[in-house]
Amino acid sequence: MSTLPLVSHVSPDSHIAWRADGAVTLRQFLADVRQLAALFPAGKHLLNLCGDRYRFSVGLAAAIVSGKVSLLPSTHTPEVVRQIKVFAPDVFCLTDSAPCTVDLPQLRYPMSDAQPIDTLSIPQIDRSQRIAVVFTSGSNGTPQPHSKTWGALVSSVQAEAMRLGLLHKPPCTLIGTVPPQHMYGFESTVLMAWQSGNALSHAQPFYPADICQALASVPTPRVLVSSPVHLRTLLDAELALPELALVLSATAPLPVQLACDIEARSHAPLMEIYGSTETGLIATRRPTQAAEWQLLPGIQLLVENEEVRAYGGHVETLIAMNDKIEPVTDEYFLLHGRLSDMINIAGKRHSLASLNHLLNAIPGVVDGAFYMPDETSPEQVTRLAACVVAPGMDATQLQAALREHIDPVFLPRPLLFVDALPRNSTGKLPRAALQALFQSHRARKSA
Amino acid sequence: MQDNQKPTSPSTAEFQREVAELMIECLNLEVTADQILLDAPLYGEGLGLDSIDVLEVALVVSKRYGLQLRADSADNQHIFSSLHSLSDYIAAQRTR
Repeated sequence: MSTLPLVSHVSPDSHIAWRADGAVTLRQFLADVRQLAALFPAGKHLLNLCGDRYRFSVGLAAAIVSGKVSLLPSTHTPEVVRQIKVFAPDVFCLTDSAPCTVDLPQLRYPMSDAQPIDTLSIPQIDRSQRIAVVFTSGSNGTPQPHSKTWGALVSSVQAEAMRLGLLHKPPCTLIGTVPPQHMYGFESTVLMAWQSGNALSHAQPFYPADICQALASVPTPRVLVSSPVHLRTLLDAELALPELALVLSATAPLPVQLACDIEARSHAPLMEIYGSTETGLIATRRPTQAAEWQLLPGIQLLVENEEVRAYGGHVETLIAMNDKIEPVTDEYFLLHGRLSDMINIAGKRHSLASLNHLLNAIPGVVDGAFYMPDETSPEQVTRLAACVVAPGMDATQLQAALREHIDPVFLPRPLLFVDALPRNSTGKLPRAALQALFQSHRARKSA
Repeated sequence: MQDNQKPTSPSTAEFQREVAELMIECLNLEVTADQILLDAPLYGEGLGLDSIDVLEVALVVSKRYGLQLRADSADNQHIFSSLHSLSDYIAAQRTR
């Protein structure tokens, strides 16, 4: 059995996290992990909803050392929770918020810290242990599970830390605006901190003033792990930005001008990360210096016609990428946007076919289609629209039905009620016809 | 709102309309200011805003009225609970 340690920190007093009341030592962390693991029920599957990143990390570690699997769906709508229960009937949820409305057996995160342990033994985890299952939207409305092994995840975040220059340096603190339940935050704020001797901040700052405060409350060097939406509002807010060593962005392409502005204001390099829920991160670039993405060591792209698949390194099977990729050399490639079926709104991905399937499955909907308008500005988040034939339903009823199934970012605006969809003689719905429909709606509205 | 700590200047109907117009413009909402009910939730079931919208509105509010919203204040859930509470909060905290 080949194993890898839970964390790469060695000294019992090294810092593994920062909370509001100061640093958390490895000794304290391992005690908290042991305390929580002893409280776990028998179920093998865990939905870790902790909003505090430190508590999330304790929940994840406690699950790993007890041989449990953390489930990471992309959203927690009632319907997704029902589907998670079908996938894993023994699932329970770990929560640190009161009240928690998720319809699952709940375990509340302990109120008090455990007594730090004196004897330190860092758990060794089998490389082949399945520690997490992430879910993508699937094309028929059912979330598709993807298993993650400990060995693959560790190899992925070690390669990331190496590429970003975060190994063998004075320890950094990673501050994330992205949730640890999302693949990017899971890897780049939690696992990377564990496996590179760095610390994570417990905070998940939201408003620009929160981000500045979270940064200022931990020592330098600091790494901000964020997304285009948060970075843009942070810059626009024109607050005094605490010193940064590195800024990371992922979830959607960052406009080059914004990247330049961030580097100018933070005096730190801005690195972008590319990957997917299925593959984890596979490439990085510094957009102010090059448009090409550099693959992580060992990862290769296999191009067949339009389809590009990744394999090698921590990617254990051939995985199709949902973006238009143009390889430049074996190591570098260019990205040219998403494939037409895949919607990406502020880092949340959903298949358009799957959204249409869900819409048409709602009782009372005769026909319906989502439409993704062309992006008008790289600065603004573009929203989905939809048109439906649903006599007898109103917008409130339909939006409420959709909200049961899909994350709020995918709710259509506008939602148009029509007598018939502009289908052609073969029953197909050309994108151009939908575009015309929504353009005339906009024209009427502003008239 | 912690009325015992800060004197609040309750928002007027005129100011509430101004805030409603601001949200509509900022988010390209398909409603008119009259259709945003004063006490209906802005999140979820009501106006249907999500966290990206809240971030956009907060930025416009900070620029226009000179105040920074903070998620860790106990009031945060309350502030975006309705047009009424958002308007009250801005009216009380604005510096311009």
